[in-house]
Amino acid sequence: MDLKLNYTLPDKTKRLTVVTMAAGLVIFAIGIIFNMLGHSEGHAEGHGHAGELSTRLWANLLVNSFFFMGIGLGATFYMALKYGSEAHYATVFKRVVEAVTKFLPYGAVFMLVVLLAGQLHLHHLYHWMDSSVYDPTSPHYDVKIAEKYAYFNPAFFWARFFVFFGVWILCQRKLVKNSLNEDLSGGTQTHFKNVTLSAFFLVFFGFTSSVASWDWMMSLDVHWFSTMFGWYIFSGIWISAMITILLLVLYLRKNGYLEYVNESHIHDIGKWVFAISFLWTYLFFCQFMLIWYANIPEEVTYFQNRLETNGYKGLFWMVFFTNFALPMLLLMSRDAKRNSGLLVGVSVIIFVFHWLDIFLIVMPSTVASHWGIGGIEIGMFLVFLGFMVNRLLVFLTEAPLLPKNHPYLEESIHHHV
Amino acid sequence: MSKNIINAIYGDDEVVLNAAKKLRSAGVTIREIFSPYPIHGIEAVLGVKKTRLATCAFLYGITGTLLGTLMMWYMMINDWPTIVGGKPNWKYFYNMPAFIPITFECTVFCAAHGMALTFLLRSWILPGVSPKNPDPRTTDDKFCVQVEAEPAQVDSVIAKLKESGAEEVKVQS
Repeated sequence: MDLKLNYTLPDKTKRLTVVTMAAGLVIFAIGIIFNMLGHSEGHAEGHGHAGELSTRLWANLLVNSFFFMGIGLGATFYMALKYGSEAHYATVFKRVVEAVTKFLPYGAVFMLVVLLAGQLHLHHLYHWMDSSVYDPTSPHYDVKIAEKYAYFNPAFFWARFFVFFGVWILCQRKLVKNSLNEDLSGGTQTHFKNVTLSAFFLVFFGFTSSVASWDWMMSLDVHWFSTMFGWYIFSGIWISAMITILLLVLYLRKNGYLEYVNESHIHDIGKWVFAISFLWTYLFFCQFMLIWYANIPEEVTYFQNRLETNGYKGLFWMVFFTNFALPMLLLMSRDAKRNSGLLVGVSVIIFVFHWLDIFLIVMPSTVASHWGIGGIEIGMFLVFLGFMVNRLLVFLTEAPLLPKNHPYLEESIHHHV
Repeated sequence: MSKNIINAIYGDDEVVLNAAKKLRSAGVTIREIFSPYPIHGIEAVLGVKKTRLATCAFLYGITGTLLGTLMMWYMMINDWPTIVGGKPNWKYFYNMPAFIPITFECTVFCAAHGMALTFLLRSWILPGVSPKNPDPRTTDDKFCVQVEAEPAQVDSVIAKLKESGAEEVKVQS
């Protein structure tokens, strides 16, 4: 049997990703032109931050930066989880997972750009970055934010940012590097090094993913807080990462690579997609129901902004029911999880709807009623998507698709459920 | 016309798997295989039909959803409307989020119990029923393949069983 061990990126596919980016750019430009034309007529609307075009652009950049960074981060978590739990099934497609984790540093740069721009007051997505809210003599003084200065002061905020991304990326790079070294050296020593490192990463990630989601997402509604929020964000990024991995595995298999990945492996990734969809639904609903039931003014503002005002209601419930019902109904049976067509269909749809989930976290808190899904949103999404797919395919070419010397390799090749 | 039942005892699961393959292709009818633990891939070899338990589970689940909804609607809306936490109580739908967890629990309760009871009834594993296991050693370290044979063919089937690696072969009286 002639195994295709190294992925070669066909020029046609590479061109397709570039065309996606270019098309996204064009749609984005058209969106901006239409937005400006529309605004020049209704200029009397006022100059609230929320209504400005630049706010909408930054908010969009934040949505995409966070969503695509989350894919890299979610994949890193999944990679560590496989080592930590000593899972054998995923060994045969671990190079695909590793390729996806390599997107994390790019995501970190995107997040850095958006947050640094906020710190330099180029945008006002984060109300607490405005130093006047901490000044008792200022008309903008906000006692509730001022009380949280110990947490929100720039030094501590940026220290958290760099420590989190620093450790995540270091762990990601070390795990991938060890995994490549294992191909050369053999033995189980490298493997157990990775198990130890993964155990550390999982603990660190468990705490920091929550704190990071407060810093970058929950603090958009700086007066609001929810204890479920960190988990809710975490389940969202995890499923986005799993969908990306699943789609890449199916793409490679369709093109004659990964011959040793059999129906059972696909079934297992399908199970993850199914299960994490439920996790996400569960956390989404827990957060919603507790706040709805208690009905405390400072808590319900979050859902007030999304359900009663600003016109997000339809989209809000559509995102919830799509991300819940679609995987539940279509992926429940064993046969469905082995059907590539069905898996791709469900994955592509919930990929978009988990992007919309992040959209619904960011937009109501930043642009409020001045939102829309037009050229700007679709264009920027396509630019990011094209860029990520392009990078991931290039990463796939960097290492042989079948690892060598991994202690669970033999077991994984014969995986059968 | 009565058929004879023959029990063959094996010492290894690999051998059982290969024996089952050979016996089936030789046209011997295997009634049952008794094993101390699940043998991977034995269903495919025996040609066991896909279980319909999942369909039952779905039906029991739907029943649970409906019963749970009916119970909550009767208690909280119809019989004695109760205001909890200032929530509207004149329409089931307005209080929907509060009812979701109980709906979920009722669904799981009915699906799980229904499935377990169906399985026990279908396999006839009930208190007081005499065990079908022909040899208690199959709960420890031996495997038993139980086959059927016409009275005229008993000898040839026994030969085939021995040939496939059986340690002991006994005709069940």
